Amino acid sequence: MRCAVLVFPGSNCDYDLYKAANSVDGIDAEYVWYAGESLQGFDAILVPGGFSYGDALRAGALAARTPILKALRKAADSGVRVLGICNGFQILTECGLLSGALHRNSGLRFICKTVELEVSNTATPFTSGYAGRADIPVRFPIAHGEGNYTCDAETLRKLEDNGQIVFRYSGSNPNGSVDNIAGICNSEGNVLGMMPHPERAMTEWMGTSDGRILFESLRGW
Amino acid sequence: MLKGIVTVSLKQDVLDPQGKAVQHSLQTLGFPEAHNVRIGKSIEVWLVEKDSQKAESRLKEMCEALLVNAVIEDYSFEIVEA
Repeated sequence: MRCAVLVFPGSNCDYDLYKAANSVDGIDAEYVWYAGESLQGFDAILVPGGFSYGDALRAGALAARTPILKALRKAADSGVRVLGICNGFQILTECGLLSGALHRNSGLRFICKTVELEVSNTATPFTSGYAGRADIPVRFPIAHGEGNYTCDAETLRKLEDNGQIVFRYSGSNPNGSVDNIAGICNSEGNVLGMMPHPERAMTEWMGTSDGRILFESLRGW
Repeated sequence: MLKGIVTVSLKQDVLDPQGKAVQHSLQTLGFPEAHNVRIGKSIEVWLVEKDSQKAESRLKEMCEALLVNAVIEDYSFEIVEA
């Protein structure tokens, strides 16, 4: 499958994501610069973490209004799978593809550590591989200052009713997010945003290889 | 030339951890009456426009298109002579 890894000024997980995706048999990932206007021919689009535009105005706000995001929206509408990680998640909420918003961690600190997550929905193109281990938490690193997911009560109810909450923090909640949310998808299930970093959890020497299953799920769907 | 001054604040039901930390500091400094603090931002936009009504409607469009995230933020603005 062909995957695009978007690159914005200030992205800093693009190389990790590119390497992680390409390390999975059957995935062929390539970079796409933010000024491009087409994402035709890609089976999946990966939006990396980092600090696009230095988080000017709001995290993800300016990247969400670049030309490539129009192409991303078009691709998402046609069913192409889209994965936004960390700043990528912030970009997907800022552009409206995912509901809610991400704001400052409740403890104000930037948090960089490995956390435990519950996979709350294994029926998505990104999480099907976790189906057999729904009761066992997965371990992913997080690294963010603005990962506190928030939305209004009505939106939260919809997310819960539609199974759109894909990942929850299962240990202590590191950032104060509503309902312990770590990752959500759109109602169609083809767009996922998450604060934890699966691309930093690819082999045992990284401390956890639980992220590899996500990329294998994406390939195998 | 005109200038728009946009005041952006977090919606009342959105927790403001920064405001909480500042409120705590104010109390430590001897201002116990400061029982709630919320932090927003001010954005100034200089406009090449003479008609203040046009400026107002364009500024509103800017707020909706980029300057404000309506999910978590409220805003107000005024237009002044620059």
